[in-house]
Formats: sequence, C-alpha cells, structure tokens
Amino acid sequence: MSTADVEILPQSYKTDEHPIWCPGCGDFGVLSSLYNSLAGLKINPKDLVVVSGIGCSGRTPGFIKSYGFHSVHGRVLPVALGVKLANPSLHVIGVGGDGDGFAIGGGHIPHAARRNPGFTYLVMDNSTYGLTKGQYSPTSPVGFQAGSTPYGNIEQPINPLAMLIAYGATFVGQGYSGKPRELSDLITKAMEHKGFAFVNVISPCITFYNTYKMMPARLGELPKDHDVTNRVKAFELALQTDKTYLGVFYQVRQPTFEEGVANIIKSAQASSPPRLEEIFAEFD
Amino acid sequence: MTDYVFRVGGEGGEGVISTGELLTLTLARAGFEIYTFRTYPAEIKGGHANYQVRASNALLLSQGAAVDVLVAFNEEAYQKHAQDVRSGGALVYDADSFTPPANGAVIHYGIPMTSLATEKVGVKLTKNIVALGVLSRLFDISFEVFEDLLKERFARKGEAIVQKNLLALRVGADYAVQQPKRDDIRLGRGSRKTKELVLSGNESLGLGAIAAGCRIYAGYPITPATDIMEFLAKELPKIGGYVVQTEDEISAVGVVLGASYAGKKAMTATSGPGYSLMTEMIGLAVVAELPAVIVDVQRVGPSTGMPTKTEQGDLYLAVYGGHGNCPRIVMALTSVEDCFYGIMRAFNLAEQFQMPVIVLSDQYLGHRKATVPVPDPSTVPLVERRKPTTEELRGYQRYRFTPDHISPMSAPGMEGGGYVAEGLEHTEIGYPAASDHENHLRLTQKRYGKFHAVESIANELVRFYGEAHPEIGVIGWGSTEGVIREAVQMAQDQGYSVGALHTKILYPQPLAKLTEFINGTKAVIIPEVNFTGQFATLLRKRFAYDFIQLNKCVGLPFTPKEIFDKIEEAANHVHSRRRDLAPKL
Repeated sequence: MSTADVEILPQSYKTDEHPIWCPGCGDFGVLSSLYNSLAGLKINPKDLVVVSGIGCSGRTPGFIKSYGFHSVHGRVLPVALGVKLANPSLHVIGVGGDGDGFAIGGGHIPHAARRNPGFTYLVMDNSTYGLTKGQYSPTSPVGFQAGSTPYGNIEQPINPLAMLIAYGATFVGQGYSGKPRELSDLITKAMEHKGFAFVNVISPCITFYNTYKMMPARLGELPKDHDVTNRVKAFELALQTDKTYLGVFYQVRQPTFEEGVANIIKSAQASSPPRLEEIFAEFD
Repeated sequence: MTDYVFRVGGEGGEGVISTGELLTLTLARAGFEIYTFRTYPAEIKGGHANYQVRASNALLLSQGAAVDVLVAFNEEAYQKHAQDVRSGGALVYDADSFTPPANGAVIHYGIPMTSLATEKVGVKLTKNIVALGVLSRLFDISFEVFEDLLKERFARKGEAIVQKNLLALRVGADYAVQQPKRDDIRLGRGSRKTKELVLSGNESLGLGAIAAGCRIYAGYPITPATDIMEFLAKELPKIGGYVVQTEDEISAVGVVLGASYAGKKAMTATSGPGYSLMTEMIGLAVVAELPAVIVDVQRVGPSTGMPTKTEQGDLYLAVYGGHGNCPRIVMALTSVEDCFYGIMRAFNLAEQFQMPVIVLSDQYLGHRKATVPVPDPSTVPLVERRKPTTEELRGYQRYRFTPDHISPMSAPGMEGGGYVAEGLEHTEIGYPAASDHENHLRLTQKRYGKFHAVESIANELVRFYGEAHPEIGVIGWGSTEGVIREAVQMAQDQGYSVGALHTKILYPQPLAKLTEFINGTKAVIIPEVNFTGQFATLLRKRFAYDFIQLNKCVGLPFTPKEIFDKIEEAANHVHSRRRDLAPKL
C-alpha cells in the first residue's frame, strides 16, 4: 500500500461538498477524526476507497477527497470486499450506521469477520434511524419510544463488540465522537491492522436521540493491563454494558483474505500454465 | 445417415449420469456430433434420473425425438421411457432387476448387469460400466475408445480401480457377444475428423468468461448455475483470478460491483431465486454506471419451483426487475457454442456501455453437453471501458455528458480520478442531487441514451433460418434456437413458406430486423418455454401484430415436432399454400 511522499494535512481530505448532517451531529466528530488519521498515516487520496451504505453515515464518502462508493442499504461489506479483492494495494474503509450494519446488513458481518479482509469497518452507532426520523434501531435500549415503538421498544439491543469478538473479527475496538483525539488514535490503529478491523463509534444523534449528556458518566477506560490477544477477557469486557469502554478490546494477527487469495493463485499457477488452450485441452 | 438417440434411466445416484457422460465422451471421440439432454431428480440420492445422448454425423440441433436405444437399470426407468422407444429400437435392461413384458416392436436384450458386476467383477457399483461394455458390443461403439476413457477417468484413483473398470467393460462386452444381434443399430466410427471439445453450456460459458477477461467471480451455490462457479473456482486462479463463494446472492453481486468499480472484469451467475435477491443491486449498477455481467441460468419458478427443470420464465424479471427507470441490457444464450461467444459479448457490452448485462441461460442449455469446434476467442475482439485521458482527469467529471452518453470511467489508483460511485441521483461530477428535478431527467436521458447504440448491435446479432421473407414466421430467443431451426427445416421440407428469426439481445430489441421480418408474414409464432409468453408480450408493446403464442410450461424443452405442428396449424389457418415439392428422384 502506497503512502503520499509529501505531508498531507487533515483538511486536504475535505471536499467542497457540505455535510448534510444536523449541526452538532456526532458524525462530524467521526469525520474529523478520520481526516486526522488519514493525514497521520499519509494515505494518498488516489489509493483510498471509502465505501458506504445508506443512512446519515452513508454520505461520508462524499466528504472525503478520495475514491468513494455510496452503495445501497446494508451492503457496505460485500462492496468493500469486492474492491479489496480486485486491488489489494488499495486502502479501503467501510462506513455505516447501526441500522445499515446490524439490521439490514447484519447477515454480512460474520462472513466479513471470518474472511478477514484487510479493511476497516467503521460503524457510527447512534442507536436510532436518524435519516427516517428516529425509529428504534438494533442498538436502541428496551423501552425506547419513537414513531414505530409508541409503547416502547420490547426488543433487547445487540452488543456489537461482543458480536464481532464472537464472530472472530481480528480487530475490535470502540470509540466516541465526543473524544475525537482518542477516536483518531483508534482509527489509526484499525487502519494499520492487517485484516478485518471493526470500530464501533458511539456517535450521538443530536436530533432524535441525544445521548451526549449521559455519555460522560458512562465512559470507562479499559484496564491498563488488558491483554488484547485474550479473546475471553475481551468478550467479558464487551459484556459489561453498564460502562462504555473505549479503546482496543481485541486484536490478533491472522492470515488475511487477500493473503489467502495470493497463495492460492501462486500454487495454481505453479502447477498449471495460464493459457486458455491448456484449459481447452481438459475438454477434448 | 447415422443418427441415434440413446437414453439411460435408473435410480438417481446409481451411476445413470456417469454412464451417460462416459457414453457421450466415447461417441464424441469416435467422431460423432453429440447432443445430450439431462433430467435428474432434485434429491441427491434416489429419485429417477435419466440421461439422453444423440449421436449423428450431421450437425445436431435438438435432443431428438424417438429413442433408439433405452438402457433401463430398473423397472421405473422402463415404465417411464418404454413408450418413447421407436419401433425397431432396442431395450437393454438389467435382467436382475425386472422383466419387461414381451413387445414385438422393440428388441429386448436382458442382461444380468447386477450379477455380472457382483460375481464377475466383484464390485456391484460397476454395473454401469458393465452396461457400457454391453452397448459397445451390441451397437458397435468403439471398445478401444471406451477403454482409453476409463483409464483416463480413473487414473487418479489408482491402478486397481482402473483395472476393475476395464474388467467390468470386458465382462459386459463378453456377455453381449453371446447375444444374437436382432436389431440394425450400428454406429462404428463417425465421419468427423477434426478435433472438437465436449462442453456443457455452463462450461462453455465459463471458458468464454475467461476469454473475455473475467478475473473475479462471486456467487452462491444454486441449481442449475453452481457448476459455473465450480468450473471457474478451478480455472481462474491459474490466470491470476479468484472465485469467492459469498454468504448470499446480494453479497455476490455486491462483490462484483465493488470489483468492477476497482477496475476488474467481474461476474456472478445464479438462478431465479438468487436473481430476485440481486435486483436492488442491479439498479445500483445502472445508476452508478458500473459494468457487470450477471448470468441467470433459469429454472422453473416462481419461488423454489422445480430446481432441476428448465423454463424461460425470468425474462420479465431480467428486463423490468428493480425499481425506477432502470435501463440494462438483457441477452440470451442460444447454444452450447453460443455460450462461449455470447458471454464474451456480454462482457464487451458491459464494458462499452458501463451498465449491467443480464445473460439468460437455462437448465436445458446449461446442463446439456455438445460437441463444439475449439472456440476461437479472436472472433470476438475484446472491448475495454473508456478510460479518462490525462486532460479529462483535470477537473474530472465521472458522469460527464458526452455525445454517445458514455463517460470516461476512472479506477482507484488513478491520480485525479477520485469520485463517488453514487446510488443517489447525482450530477455530472457525481455529487448527490436528490432534489434537482431537471438534473434527474437529464441523467435518466443519459442512461437510456446508450440504448441507441446497443440496439444497433442487437440488430447485428440476429440470426435467420429458413426463408428470409416467409409467409409463416417464427421468432425465438434463448435455448430454443436449435429446436426451432430443426422444426423450420422439417416444415420447409414439406413445402411450407417458413422462416425463423432468433435474437440474442432481448432488451433493447433489434427493432429494425424484427420490423423487416414481420412485414409480409401472414402469421408469426413465438414459441417460449413459459406460461404467459413473456417475449411475445414485450414485442406486443412495440408491434401492433397479432402474434401466435406457443407456450410450454411443464419444465421440459420443446421438441422440434411441437413447433412444427404449430407451424402447420398456423399455415392452414391463414391459408398459406404449400409449395409443390419437386418429386424425389
């Protein structure tokens, strides 16, 4: 993966497309943290592809000066996999929301985790459907009252971190849009990770479910001595939902999807000449 | 002229298909043209399976009609197929399994296949090889070719297995020698001397995809398309490509679009249920203007339907599936040979016009094998997507309006080419424009504007059979080509004024060629393997013409006779006079 030779400033990733997000939206914090990480890593914009689904988070590619793909609802991970498979030298970031990722697109998550493709998946989790005006989402708490749950939500919220650790993702972390510096550090670590890196970002919806006020009391630090390669411990910490821990829960190095593909191509080419005529010969 | 139909029937999983395949390859290597037809049960083990192979010295256009030789491994096979055996034909059956009633018209050869396999070979499973040995002797099919094929086929399993199979072949042949020959079916060597390949439609399609430059395939297993994925999974890595088996068909088409966006030629293949899941993403490919090839090997629907049976029922879905004004190209493959060239053209069209190309095949075509001349990829020169020039990369506009409505397409890695492939309605530069009413019209016009050039290509890809200006016309699409061609020949032989037009691109339609063909006819028949006449319905939208539909909806392909009968009926109805035939000398 190539990086830019010259220094790049965070603002050089800004486009002249103005974010449609409400003033004060958590997604601004995520975007600025992302700019900082990209600049810190000197990612050359021509080698960066940001893939998104649908929802407030889905507009992100338009705000980053690079290549982007604003796909359909819930399909960030397949599209990102296709991009990475076609050109493993690219830096690929998938962005989505909790509805896009955990509801309509939830079926893709275990498979992205077990394939371990080398890209980062950033979920801007606001526990509501902001773009359709505040319905309950897969991470909304029980009792959540909104347009489609006028008597309160009766469904248990999912636990994104525990889910990803259980599925075998090789990097699982959590950030908060209200702590942009820490968030940027986390995104940088995720982008440096070899393999599938999942980052859940608590990114409050200022309009429909403003959790900014309750967040500070909930925030907690992961234990200083937490061993990120300890999957059981990481799972335990993820289950402690009375606190919102920030940082890297779990990180291990395992063969990536593109490494596996390269190995298969190498061995197939070693045993058989790459010519159509040779393939024809199998059918006479 | 040599032209024989063999049919093998028995319990699924007991070697019916491998018997048919070995017979097919032997006949092909012995110099015959071959054309197979498979029906098989939906169960993995059990249920009735049969495999038919027609062998001839002439080009074969259909699976044939009457059966010359029926091989029945059990009574069910006999009961299902005995009435299809022609008078003077032969029945070869496992005498250990059942005894058919005497029938003066069909010559019976009762062979104790099971006990020969068990007692003389020592392996019950070899009874199908015993049967092949019997066929070889009874009908003079080259024993040596059978031997060579068995050696190749079982080489990987070790010498002991090879020897068992060769022994089984000899046991069958030796037993058959003692049978007095009572029929007149003899094949010997075929007249073809040039080398040909034996390919199924799905294999031919896979080879064509490789020749077209496809390097990424994503798919989800589904009958009857899975063998395309399995074929490419083996072959693509040899040329630097890869097959990913995704978690569902939505993901499959997502990977294809991501890969295409990143600059690679990519495809997926599925059948009706999978294609239904893909329709949202096909709309994305249309609006984001991404090249993509999506194959639908049709089976009987709706819903799970009849997974192992054939139908041409997905045309509406291919043409109209998805929301909004959504132009895509729809093609249909017509023969095993056409699967190779057709899929190459599909990639070319996708690249040239930056839109999804839906390619319709079906179970009948995908799973039948035929001898085809070694394909020559150079006859379909490859087309690559238009890339931006250095000049165009300054202030790059991905969806820039151009005279031919095709905008230069960058790929990640190109300096200055950055843009967002956008599923929202967007401006020329690719920025969302979800509230700009006039812009939406201009972009919709741009996307449909590409159709003028596609239609010209569609007109070039039309094929004609029989008379160019007939009184009775037949319009067909897809896998019915050979059957229609044979029916037209039968009708011409009987003096009817008849001709057929077969189109490879179904949407947009080759209107110029269709108009020219329809003008002057007294009647036009549109045969389709579906219930409502989907192509006829599409054509009625373009032509004020009272097309005669011929629909078959039982999960099986047409026979030439069925189409011939309709031609005759139509000719009588409109008083189309038969030409006086020259007396045969």
